[in-house]
Amino acid sequence: MSEARDQILARIRGSLKRGRVDAAREMELHDRVAAHRRNLVPARAAALDARSRIDLFISMAEEVQATTMRVGSLAAVPEAVAHYLAAENLPAELVLAPDPSLDEIPWSARPLLRIRRGRAEPGDAVSLTPCFAAIAETGTLMLISGAQTPTTLNFLPDTHIVVVRGDQVIAAYEDGWDRLREGGGMPRAINFITGPSRTGDIEQRIELGAHGPRRLHIILVDDRQGTGNAEDG
Amino acid sequence: MLATSRTFEANARAGLANDNLQRALALMRTGFPQRRSLAVERLPEFEALRDIGKSIKDHTLEHLDFYLELYEANVLASGGRVHWARTPDEARAAVLEICRSVDAKIVTKGKSMIAEEVGLNKYLEQNGITPVETDLGEYIIQLRHEPPSHLIAPAIHLMKEQVAETFRAEHRALDPRRSLAEARQLCDEARAVLRPRFLAADVGITGANFLVAETGSSIIVTNEGNGDLTQTLPRVHIVVASLEKLVPTLEDAVTLLRLLARSATGQEFSSYTTVSTGPRRPEDLDGPEQYHVVLLDNGRSALLGGEFQDMLRCIRCSACMNHCPVYAAVGGHAYGWVYSGPMGAVLTPSLIGVEEAGHLPNASTFCGQCEAVCPVKIPLPKLMRHWREREFAEKLNPPVYRAALGLWAWAARRPALYHALVELASRAVGWAGRDRGRFRAAPMAAGWTAARDMPAPEGRSFHSLWAKQRGGKIGR
Amino acid sequence: MRVALFVTCLVDFFRPTVGFAAIKLLEAAGCTVEVPRAQTCCGQPAYNSGARADAKAIALQVLDAFEGYDHVVAPSGSCAGMIRRHYPGLFTDDPGVLPRAHRLAERSWELVSFLVDICGMQAVAARWERRVTYHDGCSGLRELGVKDQPRQLLASVDGLSLRELPGAEVCCGFGGTFCIKYPDISDKMVSDKEADIAGTGAEAVLAGDLGCLLNIAGKLHRRGRRVEVRHVAEVLAGLTGDVPPIGGAR
Repeated sequence: MSEARDQILARIRGSLKRGRVDAAREMELHDRVAAHRRNLVPARAAALDARSRIDLFISMAEEVQATTMRVGSLAAVPEAVAHYLAAENLPAELVLAPDPSLDEIPWSARPLLRIRRGRAEPGDAVSLTPCFAAIAETGTLMLISGAQTPTTLNFLPDTHIVVVRGDQVIAAYEDGWDRLREGGGMPRAINFITGPSRTGDIEQRIELGAHGPRRLHIILVDDRQGTGNAEDG
Repeated sequence: MLATSRTFEANARAGLANDNLQRALALMRTGFPQRRSLAVERLPEFEALRDIGKSIKDHTLEHLDFYLELYEANVLASGGRVHWARTPDEARAAVLEICRSVDAKIVTKGKSMIAEEVGLNKYLEQNGITPVETDLGEYIIQLRHEPPSHLIAPAIHLMKEQVAETFRAEHRALDPRRSLAEARQLCDEARAVLRPRFLAADVGITGANFLVAETGSSIIVTNEGNGDLTQTLPRVHIVVASLEKLVPTLEDAVTLLRLLARSATGQEFSSYTTVSTGPRRPEDLDGPEQYHVVLLDNGRSALLGGEFQDMLRCIRCSACMNHCPVYAAVGGHAYGWVYSGPMGAVLTPSLIGVEEAGHLPNASTFCGQCEAVCPVKIPLPKLMRHWREREFAEKLNPPVYRAALGLWAWAARRPALYHALVELASRAVGWAGRDRGRFRAAPMAAGWTAARDMPAPEGRSFHSLWAKQRGGKIGR
Repeated sequence: MRVALFVTCLVDFFRPTVGFAAIKLLEAAGCTVEVPRAQTCCGQPAYNSGARADAKAIALQVLDAFEGYDHVVAPSGSCAGMIRRHYPGLFTDDPGVLPRAHRLAERSWELVSFLVDICGMQAVAARWERRVTYHDGCSGLRELGVKDQPRQLLASVDGLSLRELPGAEVCCGFGGTFCIKYPDISDKMVSDKEADIAGTGAEAVLAGDLGCLLNIAGKLHRRGRRVEVRHVAEVLAGLTGDVPPIGGAR
């Protein structure tokens, strides 16, 4: 196999009519990667303040058939979830990501909700996860895998509920990369999720719920005060 | 995959005569362009992004060896493995070895054109392993034993009645009286049938839209979520990807991703875009235990530095075929191999040879719509013309055609003779058609007059009339 | 301005009236027009067939014949596109000729876009009472940006009403050698175009390229449609009374 590797690299260099990239150029290329400069970022979300960014995120997400709800605090989440499940005629049962950010949610306020924490199992109908970021530009959720955020929760159940905090709403994907790099190495998986699962494979007609979740419900916890917030970024 | 590009003309005729296909193509012909157009309108920066996307790809290709080595180092650092494959044989062998090492019986597959290119499914079956396509379109054509007819919508050539027929024939355990009249029902059935397969799979194989050198990551783009179930549930995830999928950084990747979904389906972003880096981490609750990348050359390295290098910029969006009037007339199967439409017309001869695929770059009017919509500005008509130049130089055209062209070109370089011949011909043909003004049949023009009238000329050539007007004086 | 007319091989053989229409329009715009005799074709059939050497030889002939004019104008997007967009590329290995090819390319134009964009023509003094639709030839549209200009001038034709053709920008299937090499596919494409034209209810269809027009006319007539097919130059120059429509009886 390393023979194949050597030959492929040799063929590439032969086609490009040169040997290995020289040391100076190699350093430049490494620097280019290390700098990971942003290319042109669309103005759409970048110019917005925090409030408008959230509005844009919500409207873009709804455009792709995610459903959304805004609540004022984490305390309001159990009721929002119970209400949603009842409205969709779904069983009051969900599997939660074992993530500390969900620990503060007072599930005991809704004792009829049966909660399990862990990865998704084949029988699970509804999951609830946090997200890493929410990208206003296209209404896209950014979720990262980890010990407390198993990715099966994002794909196996028919209904996926995501709790988004206001300060997680960012303008563009590039802002997500910046935040991710602050945290250290790459996770195994980063899922950019834009609406529920869909297919157009049959006569170009869009049907939701191809293999992934049929429903994507976003609960946006916006607990900032109305005025005087210097929140930006 | 076995090619039938050589019989393109017969394939095309079959496509033209296929009513179901024609109905399906009619749906696609206006749908895709409209959706792309709306998405482009909505993003003022789209044109600028095309230029940036082009330059990212060009830069990467110019330094592909560097980026491949960096990519490999980062895959290894994250706990993955890289297998380099020069040929389809080596790619298949690498996949089989991995499957055997975990005693795999069932393999789920996300959509991968590279897997089609190397004939992976058939090879796995021959070796006692069952591959299960999970992308709905790929699943349908797997049941029908057909190749894909489009880059991103493999079953686009089928009407829903045909899909229903196939499901009834293949899902024999289900109630035969069930209704499958609606797309919704077909989707639900596929979802239900495939879910247990996802869960039973030992190995999941996906392609990659992009490979990121900075992090050693692979990126897949789906709408169904099948790719994610394929790569997350089994113990082993294998990515099969060709060399030119490399991009330098995560920032470069999202720039290209902004172009991809809009160009493909007119979506702002696809439902699922997943960046995978290595196997599960020790503390993870799910994810594959092994992560492998099979890197395929199969002719890509030979395209670098040559007149077809631009083709390697392709991000497999399908915009070209979605806007191609020839594709819209005959469908993807006419092209006879994995890649169809304009990108297939350029890429196929370079991968399987111009003797086999020579028709493909010829079956174009050079209308230029493909180039106009290509997100990375590949000059597709120019590249098709390069193939025609090669064929001409190697004398691969029909002799009658070459002779006629040669004669005409010879005459065109002798204006006085040419003018005399044109005047003669326009008088003769004009006279023959003087009553009706057109011909229903014409010698040597049977292809045209089979279904079209041929308008008659006015009866005198311009140059003879002009000379007459000028009192016989010859101008410059 | 001293303008040379590039007649085009199809106009020369099939429809000289288009050439005369072009001259009339150019003179109305204040140009003096000459027609270099040593011209036959732009070389595109050879070029698109991959016969590069033949294409070069013909292009050289064009360079020689059209040297020294202020502008070169062709009543065809496809021929003008060949000269303007492709001639320089034919001579990249020929540093002696390349500058001449660039000079010619810069000064070469499709007729209607030349009248509007360079001569500043805003209206024509023609009358033609018809409901008309317009097909955008691919080369003119995509290589040369010919789109608004014919519509602008047609809007000034007395009695003429223009309705947009759905799929106006979709190829008609002529494609030069394509319609000979792949007649079945070409027929499908022109059938779609014919159906679109019939759907507009227009009495006439116009375009700026004779190749497209012969193809479209041939299909309309085979289908028995009573739609007049003419080159846009004939209409703008008021010569519609001088010659029957394309494929029409005298």
